[in-house]
Amino acid sequence: MTATTENPETAAAGSRGSQPPVPPGAITITLRIRRFNPEVDEEPTWQSFEVPALPSDRVLNLLHYVKWYLDGSLTFRRSCAHGICGSDAMRINGVNRLACKVLVKDLLSGGGKATTITMEPIKGLPVHKDLLVDMEPFFEAFRAVKPYLMTTGHEPTRERIQSAADRARFDDTTKCILCACCTTSCPVYWTEGSYFGPAAIVNAHRFIFDSRDEGAEERLDILNDVDGVWRCRTTFNCTDACPRGIQVTKAIQEVKRALLFKRV
Amino acid sequence: MQFHKYDVVIIGAGGAGMRAAIEAGQRSRTAVLTKLYPTRSHTGAAQGGMCAALANVEEDNWEWHTFDTIKGGDYLTDQDAAEIMCKEAIDAVLDLEKMGLPFNRTPEGRIDQRRFGGHTRDHGKAAVRRACYAADRTGHMILQTLYQNCVKHGIEFFNEYYVLDICLTDTPKGQVCTGAVALELATGEIHVFQAKSVVFATGGFGKVFKTTSNAHTLTGDGMGIVFRKGLPLEDMEFYQFHPTGLAGLGILLTEGARGEGAILRNADGERFMERYAPTIKDLAPRDIVARSMVLEVLEGRGAGPHKDYVLLDCTHLGAEVLETKLPDITEFARTYLGVDPVTEPVPVYPTAHYAMGGIPTNVHAEVLRDNDNVVPGLYAAGECACVSVHGANRLGTNSLLDINVFGRRAGIAAAEYAATVHDHVELPENPAERVVSMVEGLRESTGSERVADLRIALQNTMDTNAAVYRTEDTLKTALHDVQQLKERYAQVSVQDKGKRFNTDLLEAVELGFLLELAEILVQGALVRKESRGGHAREDYPNRDDTNFMRHTMAYKQGEGLSADIRLDYKPVTFTRYKPMERKY
Repeated sequence: MTATTENPETAAAGSRGSQPPVPPGAITITLRIRRFNPEVDEEPTWQSFEVPALPSDRVLNLLHYVKWYLDGSLTFRRSCAHGICGSDAMRINGVNRLACKVLVKDLLSGGGKATTITMEPIKGLPVHKDLLVDMEPFFEAFRAVKPYLMTTGHEPTRERIQSAADRARFDDTTKCILCACCTTSCPVYWTEGSYFGPAAIVNAHRFIFDSRDEGAEERLDILNDVDGVWRCRTTFNCTDACPRGIQVTKAIQEVKRALLFKRV
Repeated sequence: MQFHKYDVVIIGAGGAGMRAAIEAGQRSRTAVLTKLYPTRSHTGAAQGGMCAALANVEEDNWEWHTFDTIKGGDYLTDQDAAEIMCKEAIDAVLDLEKMGLPFNRTPEGRIDQRRFGGHTRDHGKAAVRRACYAADRTGHMILQTLYQNCVKHGIEFFNEYYVLDICLTDTPKGQVCTGAVALELATGEIHVFQAKSVVFATGGFGKVFKTTSNAHTLTGDGMGIVFRKGLPLEDMEFYQFHPTGLAGLGILLTEGARGEGAILRNADGERFMERYAPTIKDLAPRDIVARSMVLEVLEGRGAGPHKDYVLLDCTHLGAEVLETKLPDITEFARTYLGVDPVTEPVPVYPTAHYAMGGIPTNVHAEVLRDNDNVVPGLYAAGECACVSVHGANRLGTNSLLDINVFGRRAGIAAAEYAATVHDHVELPENPAERVVSMVEGLRESTGSERVADLRIALQNTMDTNAAVYRTEDTLKTALHDVQQLKERYAQVSVQDKGKRFNTDLLEAVELGFLLELAEILVQGALVRKESRGGHAREDYPNRDDTNFMRHTMAYKQGEGLSADIRLDYKPVTFTRYKPMERKY
């Protein structure tokens, strides 16, 4: 695929098999997708596809339609298809979303009229192919904050006791699915990839505020680093982007406060 | 092509694979090969809980749990294995807590427990609170906690390495497992991993069905690889349909909702489970609830404009319970159906959920080559394996338990075996030959068949003909369809001819496994002329212990996708429980 095609590929572009039936009530959506295959392309290009869709369809369904019937080389990650596994984070109409958690009806223009949906890879991570990016730098930042329970002394025979209130203290940040929607919506992260980014801080928060954990100081030291929490400019992009509804900016603020007042 | 050498290679990084890795990684040089990034695994989609008789909130003991598991499995459960699982359940939960898992807590600060289907006090007297949980995202917490601990222990992952074959070497002592062959998705390069032991933890194959709670990636790869090696698969006809999938979509709504008091109703508003399971009603095991729901719809009492689903009524639970104990499913209903469970009942219908069958193992997770002998160096755990702790029907929460108990056992056994083997056994000649020819064959094929067309045809016939209820006729139709699709598969081609992240090719390979496994499921179901657990035959409505109290063992006869399947049988292991009629 080398051509810059702004003309929509029509349904007839599929070379094999017959077209799948178009469900009653389907409208035609134009999917405008950022394509890039470093095996053959010098530069990323835009390609448009016309896809039949129901308002209740997930945007992921439209990507599947393209892949299964129009262009098998379109590449993206996906797995659970209901917002749990975090595979299909992408930039949809300019904002970071999971493709399986955005419905077509939420993107229609006024009066439910057909519309164009633009799809790009999440920003700030190297693009491997089309909508699929290199997640390694993201996971590296996650691993760097020691995201596991740290304790000292002998293990109890039964469970550690934790009050419901102490458990609730860090509930919000346990919801993270490591999809990278937050980190790759952060303007600081776009310009300085060395910044840990919101997701890593969220996962540090999850342990710093866990009453069973004894590693808070160590993690706070790490986040006090030049690439740590102080890079955050409180733009709230991360909170807006989180598909799990985590108050990401608030979590970052709580970590900052813990650093300032030396206590959690 | 690249070569690697490890003591233990674990294939799959869901709950079972990572639990195994935590054990093996601390004992031996271990690599985890996984098709997905570990945190994408479908363990993360499990919701309701993990049962263990902690007795934190009411009287309970592991013997009651064992009995429930065996009865729930309609007596096809191997009783020695069930006993081990239910005994070790307690430590399995406590281990997770010590690893950091944030369980919900009781007012005293202990791990809280909730009710779940088929889990009862004193052999069926009433529902018991046995499921340890973290809201309705217990699986998510388990997956995250295990991954966190893998990070802590510095486990070596090969992410997005798709294993397509294992290496078996003939030795004077018989065939032993010596490694695995993987396709690196990022580059298209083939890697051979030589190992002293190999653990399969690759999950299920829900994608043979159209309506399923399973992820797109659950295509039974591990089971398919083993089967293609001439090794058996056990009890593949037993497939679980979870009662409460979001209608039309199949997205899972946890049984924990009913554990918290939600009620299934038909179009008339009737709590119909009172008729089918008078004692524990909505908390009957999944096979019974799923069949009851289908009967309600078949008999015209379904809800909605097409009368094709029933309703899960959570409205009396109140917003607080829904938001704190069931937040995710509340959000799923709102997002995907536009229904708010706080104020409206949710349309639900059974969804293909879990394979009771799989790669046969003993209780040490060693893979069986026949009824009595193991393949040295080869292990399996989790949904891809069949110990068999679930028998003909798995109880809710017992899968999260299974992956932790038998994942741990597999990791320890694989590492200990590796320690006893002095040197690596030689790999067979040209270990990657099969994989190279399969991958290149698909890449270069110019056939006229499209992967999506075949997969959808497969899923349609399986939903129509081999789902909750089956008959001789429907199964014969399914068999015919699947065999035809297998022939068409020879003409499958892909559009993406590149090396880099060729997910077009990946889907073609996965389809091959799905077709293989679908046929085994249907063949086993055709021959099993009885109804037991998750296998319900309209034409043979009763359980037949005289002829069918036995496991099915399916073997591939020869090479090629269309090779015949030979069915054999394996006795069920009994310890202390005599088969009884199953009433709730």
